[in-house]
Amino acid sequence: MAYVAVKGGEQAIDNAHAWLAEERRGDIATPALSVRQIEEQLGRSVDRVMAEGSLYDRELAALAIKQAQGDLIEAAFLLRAYRTTLPRFAHSVAVETGTMRIERRVSAIFKDLPGGQVLGPTYDYTHRLLDFSLLDDNAAVSECATAVANSDVMPRVPDILGDEGLLEADVVSSREPGDLTREPLTFPAARDVRLQALARGDEGFLLGLGYSTQRGYGGSHPFAGEIRMGEVSVEIEPAELGFSIDIGDLILTECQMVNQFTGSKTVPPQFTRGYGLVFGFGERKAMAMALVDRAMRASELGEDVTAPAQNVEFVLYHSDNIEATGFVEHLKLPHYVDFQSELQNVRRMRQEAAE
Amino acid sequence: MTLTAGFANPVADAQSCFRAVLNAMARPGRVHLVAGVTAPFPLCGAAAAVLLTLADHETPLWLDADAEAAGGWIAFHTGASIVTADRSAFGMALTLPDLTGFPNGTDEMPETAATIILQVASLEAGSRFVLAGPGLRVPAILTVTGLPTDFAAIWQRNHGLFPRGIDLILCSGGHLTALPRSVSIKDA
Amino acid sequence: MNDSVPRDQPTIGHPWPARRRWMSILARSTAERIDALLAGCRPVPAHTILRGPEVGLVMTRGRAGGGGAAFNLGEMTVTRCTVRTETGLAGHAYVAGRDTRRAELAALVDALMQDPDRAAEIEAAVIAPLAQDQARYTAERAAKAAATRVQFFAMQTMRT
Repeated sequence: MAYVAVKGGEQAIDNAHAWLAEERRGDIATPALSVRQIEEQLGRSVDRVMAEGSLYDRELAALAIKQAQGDLIEAAFLLRAYRTTLPRFAHSVAVETGTMRIERRVSAIFKDLPGGQVLGPTYDYTHRLLDFSLLDDNAAVSECATAVANSDVMPRVPDILGDEGLLEADVVSSREPGDLTREPLTFPAARDVRLQALARGDEGFLLGLGYSTQRGYGGSHPFAGEIRMGEVSVEIEPAELGFSIDIGDLILTECQMVNQFTGSKTVPPQFTRGYGLVFGFGERKAMAMALVDRAMRASELGEDVTAPAQNVEFVLYHSDNIEATGFVEHLKLPHYVDFQSELQNVRRMRQEAAE
Repeated sequence: MTLTAGFANPVADAQSCFRAVLNAMARPGRVHLVAGVTAPFPLCGAAAAVLLTLADHETPLWLDADAEAAGGWIAFHTGASIVTADRSAFGMALTLPDLTGFPNGTDEMPETAATIILQVASLEAGSRFVLAGPGLRVPAILTVTGLPTDFAAIWQRNHGLFPRGIDLILCSGGHLTALPRSVSIKDA
Repeated sequence: MNDSVPRDQPTIGHPWPARRRWMSILARSTAERIDALLAGCRPVPAHTILRGPEVGLVMTRGRAGGGGAAFNLGEMTVTRCTVRTETGLAGHAYVAGRDTRRAELAALVDALMQDPDRAAEIEAAVIAPLAQDQARYTAERAAKAAATRVQFFAMQTMRT
């Protein structure tokens, strides 16, 4: 395959970008959208861009959304590009989701789990009817209710079921995890690398794959063991201090999927788990991630690998929307020479057929 | 340990030092001036500047016994973890260490070899070496005080590993030069 | 909630729990607020910057299954700064986000808090009010969450 450098079009490109800027701004009779407004009022978009851009910074994600006219994949791309300009100071101590400051926490398998079911600011139970009152920019928002917060601990579901040995336990390891931003993906990919890829993977792709496992493509009969969202502290251990410090907080969504498992030669029947953890409030993504994580554990658990979601290479090579958009969209770049040669081939074949 | 500052102008100083290292690697043996840092004992200004420019949180660093006196400063400003020679991306030494103790890369990934920053007494006087190889249209002369007497032989064993092998950055005072693995060295 | 304890991390076994606490409070405060509270204190000593303030990244980590092997979750922006006061104290800050002024002020307050002559004053005038802000925010969110906690009541099984 050959590319030929073609000059020209500079003026057209400049003009196209100028027009883009004008289109982005829209009708100047309408007030400009501030980055702060996006950060505050389009929070779920900000969350998604941070997750798929793999960079937690609400203001930058909001800026990227503004710059990309709300194209969230373009915005994630902008964040990925920006992060390459910054030095890495440290990695964090693994965040402790067990001590999350819970804003939402539900379990589909235990009604009365310790700490209770906390709905949080959810779209669940809404009627999905357009709310025309939001057409009025100045409509008052009624103050939400508060209640006395008790100090019940909210144990994670594995901590509740684990005691009986009916639920697969976490395997602690002190191994330094692989990092996709430093070493290219190789196979077989260990679970640490798979989870990193899923955490930054495209929500739509993972949602479709997760859905496919429910519909019988590698089905593993999942239950939403627990979903929790809220704030966790981030801790690092700077060498110059010699002790750990908090640097701030992350809002995260965690999903524990619990799956039936009939057991194998070495493992008794029990429930296995798939895990999802994403930046921001991203329940749909965390659930899909947990389904796909469990599906990708098929060979580890001695199951037949038959479905797309169980195929680690297939999932990991196609889950990153920045890579996907790059390769799909490169097709619009000049392929003049390639196409000329193809054209000649087809003409020759037709000629040969006609003779 | 009393900490002192790093580069006076972190961005500009690091950029100009990076350019000096780049040019030194491209034209082996040519001496460049770098500035901008008040070096901690026992490092010279050039060695300190190269460390600030190249080492960071993700480049494990080996220090020889003499350089360890500046270990606190180096760790603070670069964030590099201090490791054994065989795990290092960079080495900082005041005496030429055993080059075979460092990662020298693989044929597939020669870039994983270590780079050693060696502080020497002088780049103006001393033993003379003839350098030849990529970047040198005609052989160049390098003058150094502070290398072992059998340095040319040691180096040729390293050079013979190409494309694997160690790269060396020599520093003295505010001056530096480089000996990439691609350069061939003999006594003048 | 006791606002003298960092939000959720244990301090037991930490070599310098008091410093850990004030650094965690400073890391979550805005530059404007720290500046305003410092204005109410005796003049602060001049300081030189040893490093930064510079913006970089921290790779955050989670654990597979919540408690298993660590994996890299994604990066976050962080700004660090180290200052030395003319009184010879070094203050450090690593704070989430990209506000360089905030990192410098946090480092300066960290240095002041290590000065036995200033610690009590800075604690009362700066750290304590910041801790109260944060405790209030946390309590507000917790109270809203508590109001969305489901109170189940069982339907009586119909028997004839």
